[in-house]
Amino acid sequence: MSETFDGGGRLPAAFMTPGTSSFTDFLREVNPDLLPGLRDVPQGGSSAQHLTPEATTIVALTFPGGAVLAGDRRATAGNVIAHRDMDKLYRADEFSAIAIAGAAGVGIELAKLFQVELEHYEKMEGHSLSLEGKANKLATMIRGNLAMALQGFVVLPLLVGYDEADRAGRIFSYDPVGGRYEEHRFHSIGSGSVYASGALKKLFTDGLTRDDAVTAAVQSLYDAADDDAATGGPDVHRKIYPLVDVITEEGHRRLPNDEIAEVAEAIVRARSERPEGPTAPLR
Amino acid sequence: MPFYVSPEQSMKDKADYARKGIARGRSAVVLRYDGGILLVADNMSRTLHKISELYDRIAFAAVGRYNEFENLRQAGVKFADVRGYAYDRRDVNGRMLANAYAQTLGAVFSESSKPWEVEIVVAEVGETADSDQIYRVTFDGSVVDERDFVAMGGSADRVSTSLKEHFDKDASLAGALAAAMHALAQEGGEQRDIEASSLEVAVLEREREHRKFRRVQGDRLNRLIEEGKAAEEPAAGGDDAGDSDDS
Repeated sequence: MSETFDGGGRLPAAFMTPGTSSFTDFLREVNPDLLPGLRDVPQGGSSAQHLTPEATTIVALTFPGGAVLAGDRRATAGNVIAHRDMDKLYRADEFSAIAIAGAAGVGIELAKLFQVELEHYEKMEGHSLSLEGKANKLATMIRGNLAMALQGFVVLPLLVGYDEADRAGRIFSYDPVGGRYEEHRFHSIGSGSVYASGALKKLFTDGLTRDDAVTAAVQSLYDAADDDAATGGPDVHRKIYPLVDVITEEGHRRLPNDEIAEVAEAIVRARSERPEGPTAPLR
Repeated sequence: MPFYVSPEQSMKDKADYARKGIARGRSAVVLRYDGGILLVADNMSRTLHKISELYDRIAFAAVGRYNEFENLRQAGVKFADVRGYAYDRRDVNGRMLANAYAQTLGAVFSESSKPWEVEIVVAEVGETADSDQIYRVTFDGSVVDERDFVAMGGSADRVSTSLKEHFDKDASLAGALAAAMHALAQEGGEQRDIEASSLEVAVLEREREHRKFRRVQGDRLNRLIEEGKAAEEPAAGGDDAGDSDDS
């Protein structure tokens, strides 16, 4: 540790040795303590599962020219609300964002490492990884967490990006062993995902505008919060609203709070008239 | 059979050697403009960069031997990324990187028989113009904290003189680029024409979110060059007079 962070001293030999463009691999050489997932978790039985709060519903959908990623703000530990204003979405780089469901502590660490990994590669090589490359890299990192997953610290990310080659938004989901699946049109993960997916299935059409896609995402999160105790709905009193990231050829953009507040409040108002929300035509 | 060389002589020889090596290449300049810091290098290659990003607000520019400064650049990226990951992104700053480079170059210069033929600049754009930092690190490990602009490599003295005449820290990006190109054109003792294709240009934009570093190339670069030329036209008479004084 001291060798690596000797700020005033010369750069250590390991830093001057040409080698990998992977930040994770480099860190494993010089400072493995900093890597997540390498620690041995003591066999604590099921109680270990409550060491870190669980993060919940995330939705993603594509629209012509981009993709929307949105998440609620609640983290729970058992039946207790651990956080009301958690941020489960991370800007991974200019053209991608990652969201996490599952063990919050481990997930945040993973998202942070993934972010540095992409950036490090880009700086070392002079160009960024393809979206496929980013998706595959994330799969490897999930696989690295398998031992932790078996102890109950399961982390499932959702990767959303704008593919500059395809000029379209794309969505990738994962399983706990690192299986990578490309999702078309829309997808949802987390405890409220069944309800959110149901809502999205009815709301999604192929030609959504960006604003409609954002509304559809917030609507589906409302439905998830409606039926899943571990998902938080828009909290109009505390002014806590879902977080929404939009990725287009312009890059990644986190929507400002007042913009989402407007969408969320309109939805809450409409739901006071019709609690089940918008209906789809029967045929 | 070994024979005695005084330390003074050996250091002088090494410094001469490094200086000659650096002067063989083409120049690079780093200067402030109204929106941040502009970095421009005279570089024919599209892929072998002399200018690059080190971290969120920090850029790297170098002249001299490619393999040597590329090694320093990569080490700096690793250093910054490890530190930012271990602590926080705000805990990575230009001064720290400039120090690490200075120590490294200083050690190479005094310990090995062949010094590195490189000169580098670490530039950090701050929240406000007052907190901008530009460090110039030379082959022997000395660091200079520059205020507004730096010219290095090739005919650095000439380029620097020209830059001093045309520099304006409140210039627009196009204006700063025009000043930089004018300065780089002084290379080799005569006025040359510089083409967009032989320029490597990047900026640290203060207002940009997340990562401030951005390459300026293609259409955007051509537009900026045109804009700079257009703005220069009215002042062209004065410019010519200044040039004839030089020669």
